[in-house]
Amino acid sequence: MNIIVCIKQVPDTAEIKINPETNTLMREGVPSIINPFDLHALEAGLQIKETAGGKVTVLTMGPPQAESALRDAISMGADEAVLLSDRAFAGSDTWATSYTLAGAIRELGADIILCGKQAIDGDTAQVGPETAEFLGIPHISYIRKIEEVRDDYIKVQRLMDEGYDVVESSLPVLLTVVKELNRPRMPSLKGKMAAKKAGVRKMGKDDIHADENCIGLKGSPTQVKNIFAPQLKAERKMIEGAPEQQVAALIEELRTIKCL
Amino acid sequence: MSIVVRIDKCTACETCLNSCPFDAIVLKDGKAAINEYCNYCKTCISACPEGAIYETEERTQGAEHRQRIEDFKDVLVFAEQREGKVAPVSFELLGAGRRLADGLGVKLLALLPGADESEARELIRWGADRVYLCSGPRFNNFNDDLYAGALTKIINEQKPSIVLAGATPVGRSFVPRVAARLRTGLTADCTSLEIDKGSGNLIQIRPAFGGNIMAAIVCPDYRPQMATVRPRVMKRGEYAENRAGEIIDFQCDEITSGTKVLETVKEVSGISVNLHEAEFIVAGGRGAGGEKGVKLIEELAEALGGVVGASRAAVDEGWISYSHQVGQTGKTVNPKIYIACGISGAVQHLVGMQSSDIIIAINKNPDAPIFNVATYGIVGDLFEIVPMLTRKIKEIKGL
Ligand SMILES: Cc1cc2nc3c(=O)[nH]c(=O)nc-3n(C[C@H](O)[C@H](O)[C@H](O)COP(=O)(O)OP(=O)(O)OC[C@H]3O[C@@H](n4cnc5c(N)ncnc54)[C@H](O)[C@@H]3O)c2cc1C
Ligand SMILES: Nc1ncnc2c1ncn2[C@@H]1O[C@H](COP(=O)(O)O)[C@@H](O)[C@H]1O
Repeated sequence: MNIIVCIKQVPDTAEIKINPETNTLMREGVPSIINPFDLHALEAGLQIKETAGGKVTVLTMGPPQAESALRDAISMGADEAVLLSDRAFAGSDTWATSYTLAGAIRELGADIILCGKQAIDGDTAQVGPETAEFLGIPHISYIRKIEEVRDDYIKVQRLMDEGYDVVESSLPVLLTVVKELNRPRMPSLKGKMAAKKAGVRKMGKDDIHADENCIGLKGSPTQVKNIFAPQLKAERKMIEGAPEQQVAALIEELRTIKCL
Repeated sequence: MSIVVRIDKCTACETCLNSCPFDAIVLKDGKAAINEYCNYCKTCISACPEGAIYETEERTQGAEHRQRIEDFKDVLVFAEQREGKVAPVSFELLGAGRRLADGLGVKLLALLPGADESEARELIRWGADRVYLCSGPRFNNFNDDLYAGALTKIINEQKPSIVLAGATPVGRSFVPRVAARLRTGLTADCTSLEIDKGSGNLIQIRPAFGGNIMAAIVCPDYRPQMATVRPRVMKRGEYAENRAGEIIDFQCDEITSGTKVLETVKEVSGISVNLHEAEFIVAGGRGAGGEKGVKLIEELAEALGGVVGASRAAVDEGWISYSHQVGQTGKTVNPKIYIACGISGAVQHLVGMQSSDIIIAINKNPDAPIFNVATYGIVGDLFEIVPMLTRKIKEIKGL
């Protein structure tokens, strides 16, 4: 079984602060981590390999420093790592990212492709399904349980709003996973040694036979027009006084606007 | 288009380096330099105190695209159903879609798979001019390939300029496939949609980086412009019993799928439904301090005939169950009144409740960010204020 896990290196958004003067992000000292959902995807890949046999390859598209995310994945047990990096990929939106990832996956070959549900920097949840579309294979989103894997068949539980669906698919297939699926393992000592020594395969636009019009900024249909701080409501009214007065005043306000 | 640093103005203050979400600015020869990891998000332009960073001319669109763009006109809503009944998010999308269509002077179309004609009629009453009804048992359960096939087919036939779908498990799963197939952009989880007066393009606003910042996204050179919208974010339009509209039987027999739903299991937690539909939500945070505080919050909710919400801190402490959590990793709510008790107002909480009609914040700390989004703010101890409020409301209601 050839398993490819797509991982993304992201800033730890929990640590991000906003500069109140310029209304911009302050990234200083914010650590880069593997997108948390992708750790669950990796764990799922490792577990499938442990029962069905095969090989787990981690794939990331990003700048050269994303190599450290790949090494972290190897320390958890991934067999091979591929860094998809090229100046020409800069500025990619989800369409161009998926096109690029699909190009690499086609070169590498895979029976099961695993992605996180979404990346915490963009929160789009689009790259998985779009990649499957470019590969011309089915995908199933929000996997919370893998019930059965055979050579050409998979049965999974897909989390929905009011419960879950049991879904089956032929292989190859792309799955996006939620956190309920499993608990990612910690890196082992052996894994850490392997991570130091492992070779990371590098691929650029020519290795995936990319069409120049489909990659990077040029290939991206969406553009960021601008970024700004969330707007705050302007109408706020502070109610002063002793607690009794505050409560009475609030009730009065709600009655005047006919909410009580 | 490219982002450029004016060397003569740059003072090497490093403000832009820290503001860049992509680590794409470095100091080179004592000046800021933008490298190839730039995502063209323009954050640095607003961050630079010297005005030393600017953008060179807009990306030019090819003439062949310009031609095509004019072929695309209407607004199309993907209407979702659950067990044959139209999901509430679809009515919200029709509200947003109607507004955009009226602004552009075009028609509002809807695609409805897996429901019957009486449900299609409902879509017309909520604002649709024409409904494409894709009936047949194959469409009852959600299937990515079938839904993607149907949506692609209607877009190719009708050439809408704008396509909207709910940012639900269904919409978020299959709509990206359609965007990939049609070679066009898709913006996820939009909180606001406006038409740009000058260009006529759709400006799609969405939170990014965990709700810390908002991004305005455009898709100027490709059509349709596609967006998903979170439930409870857009307002419904006007319901008109006798609104005229067409229902068209839309056949999709030729579309096949590689996946199959074997079983659909319900694990209904009534609370999810209640939170989405409640007019009053009283939410407790870490300030509630424990079960005693939560009890006070429950009593106020009960007096108002409302539902209890929670911040993640209160859920993590184990005082309130996860199904009550409001925010980025919980539910998005939009009640008439949201009362936040002992909640500091972290962005991740705010994204889930800030579109409530009226927000009342009760917090000991006058500097708590929750007051920035509050309609009414009370600086005080919730253990004092909340029971008093409950008593007053009971009095008024004669309970
Ligand atoms: C990826 C990510 C996702 C997240 N998703 C969510 C989410 O979906 N929803 C969510 O809520 N959070 C979410 N969070 C967590 C969020 O960042 C905050 O940590 C959380 O909202 C804080 O909860 P709180 O306001 O109850 O607690 P605190 O921040 O500890 O605030 C408690 C407040 O209570 C006040 N207080 C204390 N005692 C009293 C009293 N007696 N009377 C009145 N006021 C009092 C204090 O002044 C303080 O302002 C997320 C975080 C991350 C990183
Ligand atoms: N640059 C990337 N390299 C590898 N995988 C990615 C990349 N971007 C997104 N992914 C995968 O796609 C998933 C969804 O990402 P997103 O659509 O950006 O929310 C992630 O959890 C990853 O598994």
